[in-house]
Parts: sequence; C-alpha cells; structure tokens
Amino acid sequence: MSIAVAGALTLSACGERGEKKGGSEAAGGSVKVVIGVDAPLTGKLSALGLGIKNSADLAVQKANKEKTVPGVTFELEALDDQANPTSGQQNATKFVGEKNVLGVVGPLNSSVSLTMQKVFNDGKLTQVSPANTNPQLSLGADWGSQKFARPYASYFRTATTDVVQGKFAAQYLYNEAKKTKVFVIDDKKTYGAGLANIFQEEFKKLGGTVVGSDHINPDDKDFSAVATKVKSSGADSVYYGGEYPEAGPLSDQIKKAGAAVPLFGGDGIYDDEFIKLSNNNSNGDLATSVGAPVEEIDSAKAFIADYKAAGYKDPYAAYGGYSYDAAWSIIEAVKAVVADNGGKLPDDARGKVVEAMSKVSFSGVTGKVSFDQYGDTTNKQLTVYTVKDGKWAAVKSGTYSG
Amino acid sequence: MHELPQNLANGLMLGLMYGLIAVGYTMVYGIVQLINFAHGEIFMIGGFGALTAYLVLPSGVSLWVALPIMIIGGIIASVLVATGAERFAYRPLRTAPRLAPLITAIGLSIALQQVVWRFYPGATKARTFPHFDGAAIDLGPFHLQRNDLFLLVAAPLCMIILGAFVRMTRTGRAMQATAQDPDTAKLMGINTDRIIVIAFAVGAAFAAIAAVAYGLRYGNIDFAMGTITGLKAFTAAVLGGIGNIYGAMLGGVVLGIAESLAAAYIQNVPGMHQLGGQGWANVWAFVLLIVVLLVRPQGLLGKRVTDRA
Repeated sequence: MSIAVAGALTLSACGERGEKKGGSEAAGGSVKVVIGVDAPLTGKLSALGLGIKNSADLAVQKANKEKTVPGVTFELEALDDQANPTSGQQNATKFVGEKNVLGVVGPLNSSVSLTMQKVFNDGKLTQVSPANTNPQLSLGADWGSQKFARPYASYFRTATTDVVQGKFAAQYLYNEAKKTKVFVIDDKKTYGAGLANIFQEEFKKLGGTVVGSDHINPDDKDFSAVATKVKSSGADSVYYGGEYPEAGPLSDQIKKAGAAVPLFGGDGIYDDEFIKLSNNNSNGDLATSVGAPVEEIDSAKAFIADYKAAGYKDPYAAYGGYSYDAAWSIIEAVKAVVADNGGKLPDDARGKVVEAMSKVSFSGVTGKVSFDQYGDTTNKQLTVYTVKDGKWAAVKSGTYSG
Repeated sequence: MHELPQNLANGLMLGLMYGLIAVGYTMVYGIVQLINFAHGEIFMIGGFGALTAYLVLPSGVSLWVALPIMIIGGIIASVLVATGAERFAYRPLRTAPRLAPLITAIGLSIALQQVVWRFYPGATKARTFPHFDGAAIDLGPFHLQRNDLFLLVAAPLCMIILGAFVRMTRTGRAMQATAQDPDTAKLMGINTDRIIVIAFAVGAAFAAIAAVAYGLRYGNIDFAMGTITGLKAFTAAVLGGIGNIYGAMLGGVVLGIAESLAAAYIQNVPGMHQLGGQGWANVWAFVLLIVVLLVRPQGLLGKRVTDRA
C-alpha cells in the first residue's frame, strides 16, 4: 500500500517538476495553486480513500497538461485522515495554513467533515466532498424538520445526500423488489444512523413494516446475536446503514445464521471489499450509490481510459468520478477567478474561489456538475447495484424526484 | 424465546475463544503478577503467522492439510514475539515498580499493531483468512457453523493438555511453585526465569490457536483484531479469577454467553429498549464484570490471597 502511495505521489510530483524544468514558463510567471485532498489513505476505508486521491490527481494532471488555467500550475497535496475526525480537523488546519491551497477535495466520511467544515469556513477555503452524504452538512442540524439553513458557505459536495439515497432505496425495495418486512441495522455513526433513519421512515410511509432494528459497534466483528434476531424476526430483507468493513461480515453472518435474505445498504457498502469480507455470501445483496454507474456514462469513458493510462495501482472505487469532478470544479472556479482578474490570481483568491464555486457549471464525469444554494450537487441521480456472481452489477439507474 | 438455543450456542463459541486467550493473561499474571496488555496483539500475530504459513504452501492445497501447518505457523509467530517481549521488554523491568511493565505492555501493544499494519503486505485492510465453505450444520434447535467445530474441539483439548501438564510434569509443578513464591522456588533450585518464559510461551500458543479459530469463524483477520478481543479476554480472566487456568476458560464462556444473551434479550425488557441490542453487548459484558467483582472480588474460581509483595 505504501508503495502505491509513494508511487502516486511521485507521479503528481513529476508532473509539476517537469513543468518547472520547462524553464521559460516558470519565468513567464506561472503561479502554483495547490489542491488539497483529505481522505483515509490508510486503514479500513483506504480502498475508497485512495480512489479519491488518485482521481483528484488525474484532474490536476489534466489541467496542467491542457493549461486549462493560463499562468497557473496546479499541484496536488494529499493528507491522510484515517477516517478519524480528529485527524481530519488537523489536516484542515494544515491546509488553511498553506497559502497556495485554494481548494480541498474531501473527506470521505460525513463524521470527519463535521469537524473540518468550520476550520475551512473560517479560513475562507473551498471544500468539495465527493462522498459526504449526511444532509446536516449542507442543510443544517434542523434539516429533519424541513428548516434548511446552510451552515458553512465554503462547503460543497458532488455526492447526493442521504435524504435522496435513503428514500430511493426504500422505494426500490418496496415497489420493485417487493419486500415488505425489513430489519434495520446501523453502526451508530453519523452516516450510517442517518441513512438508516431516512430509509426507515420512507419504508414505513410506503406501507412496509420494520420488523426489528438493532445497532452494532463499528469495532466489533461478532454479529451472531443480531444475525439470530434477523432470522427469528421473519424479515424478508435487511437494511444496513454503515460501511463495508462491518457490512461484509454482517452479511456473511446473517446468511450463516440461516436467513437467506438480501442485505441492502448505501454507498458505504458499494465496494469490492464488501464482497470479499462477506466470504462470498453476499450474492443478491443490494446497494445504492450516488450517480449513474461511471462505466455507463459517455462522459466517463475518457476518465476511465485516462485513469488506466495513468497506471494507478488502486481502483478509482465508488467515488472516483465524483472526486475527479470535485477537483475539476475547483479548477473551474480558479479559472473564473483568474479570468475576472485580468488573467492573474488576485490576492484574496480564496474568498473569490468560494464565491465562484456557486456559479460553476460544466459537464463532468458524472454528468452535469453545478451546486444549488446549499452547496449540494444539482445532480440527483442514483443507482441500485446488486452482487451477482461475486461482482457488483447495476440494476436500476434513476433520478430521484421526491 | 425460540432462538434461545441459538443464542447460547453463539455465546459459547465466542466464550471458548475468549477463554483460550484468557489463559495467557492468567498464566502470566499468576506467575509474575504482570497484566500483559500486549497479549491481544500476541493473539493478532498468531493470526498473521497462520495466514503466512498458509500463503507459503502451494496454492490449491486442501484446508484439511493446511490447517495443522497453519496452527504451527501461528504458534511459532506468537511464541517468538511473546518470549521476545518477555526477554527484552519485561525482564529488565522485573524489579521495577509494577506500573512500569504495565505501561511497557501498553506501549508494546501499540507498537506491534503498527508493525503489522506497516510491514505485513496488505494488512492496512482486512485480509482474507482461509476457511471452510458450506452451509451451517442444522442441529434442530440451533445451527452450528462448520468453522466453529474447530473451536469446539480445540478449546477443551487444549485445557485438558494444559491441566495435565501443570499437574503431572516436573515443569508444571515448578510453575505452581513459582506462582506460590518465586524466591523460595528459586532457593529450591527452580530456574524461575525459564518458568516465566514457559508461561509466556504457553499463553502465546493458546492465543495463536484462538486466532486460527477467529480467522476460520470470521473469514478474515486484521491488524486491530486484538484490541477489543484482548480486552474481553482479559475481562474473562478477571471474571474467572485471575491466576486460575480453569477460571480463565470458565470466565470466557460466562462472558461470551452473557454478551450474547444481553444482545438478544435486554432490548425486550420493558423500559430497556434503548439499552439493548448488539451495540450494547460490550457495555453489559463490563457491567457483569463489575457485579461479579462486587460480590466476589477474587473472581469465580479465584482464591482469596494475601498480597505477598
């Protein structure tokens, strides 16, 4: 793993150094702009984190190669938060302290973002998360009672929220998979508990029954008691709010307890590691993930080809396309700011970039990228995936419409 | 209540695993009065040792053939690390105040985790552990996992062998003597240093067997697996009466079953809905420990001893 990290770092560093060696350009006044990445690069969730980092790196390389912003050379700086809120906040502080950083892509976890938002906002530094789905981050703590208030102007995201995702999942499970008795489990974390709640409310509203619910500890590995409960509850499906390191073993143990029902989860379980950790007991399990499958969108084909060509060791994973778009939205914002200022980066570039972000609009890997008045993506597309023959396969793509 | 047999079986399996690890805590404490907080990591190292043994075998080899080799690989790794820790981390501190080796143990546990995380290929994520495929065995009132058969055989067998070793061999009797009074034992010609190393080694071997059981049961192992499991096993050792090897196993089984029942039923007690479920299992495990220690401070099978320091 460390080799991969080092390798990717060298890659991005090379691009930059190559530019400098060009000599005349540096003399021509090329300004260095750093785009930060904060994600879990090591630890249990590193499969997703490395995908985020590499994809943002790809965007930076492309912008440099094509000279998207004349006179500006982009550089990537990735920090590891290990999915830990405290580390995330330290990284945010570090980024704010570096003058060249004009935008940060990340983090993966909503719980980490909660500790970073204020730091970024105080530093007027743009943050674009490719993966946060908890509604509170953009709509405020009272979003549940329909009182939307954007807490931080510097926060943006290219992923849809759990309000959309949880409801979409409930509608699919009830209307299309024809399941009526669900057992709801969550991991007590910001993302998992929030998602499970939204799902549960919508499922009940549609007419389904929640036959039982339970919580697990993210540090545990033995879920036999809850698996036994699922079996005796007579549930025909399980909804799990949480991430793949627990979801895999949970699915495995539910099946082993003798309950042949699918486990359904959100984008946090949509990863190949989930299938591995379930010991191949996950066939038929379901997951929703934000956006259309990257492999199926025309605009994404170039991304996939470029990603392959760049030779990253790790896959772009669930959030690759969103991370690329997140990085690219920062690049677009910088471009707008530079253009407004007569081709030069202004002194208060950070504040200007935050303002420019709300007007960003381009066709990205995941479709049209732009942000609404809360900083949320206007792209409300979602996809249901299922595990088939040990692989994730898309079942249904759609745009959530309330 | 129709799932009661299943919950008891779940708890028993969990408990046997805790018990096997708890033996290591209890033996080391019984002889040198040290709580070896790095023992959870010795358990984890056993898992990676077994995995390594499996990986060096030619691919496609039957698990039946590989299993004994994996057990040996796990034991070698665990024992090497445990005796190494004893020699270089604990022995120099044997005459130091008791807090010093305790803190060393905590430091060592963090260091061992980080070493595996950093240097074992792919250990930054969970690694797949070989296990038997196939449906659970339906025994009417409950299901039994194929992979748990290993635990069901290994745990009692280990306890019988250890019991016989302690009671019937010279080394075993020397161990008992050292536990009673190391200074007098030394005067009687017992090489107490050697006895201490053996205590560490036996505990490590048991932890390695538990780690193989863990890998088979969950299908994967990771560098952090020793933290919570080790803490539970330590609880089991205290619950059973620290210093008593049978107490360790009994404490493990009691803890495992209590945890499993708490996760299953406390939710149904009126007014306790918010305090039940799998997420609260750890809390109830420690509540049980506190209750037992209030009623019986020496633990279930422990003897009340006067402090000899």
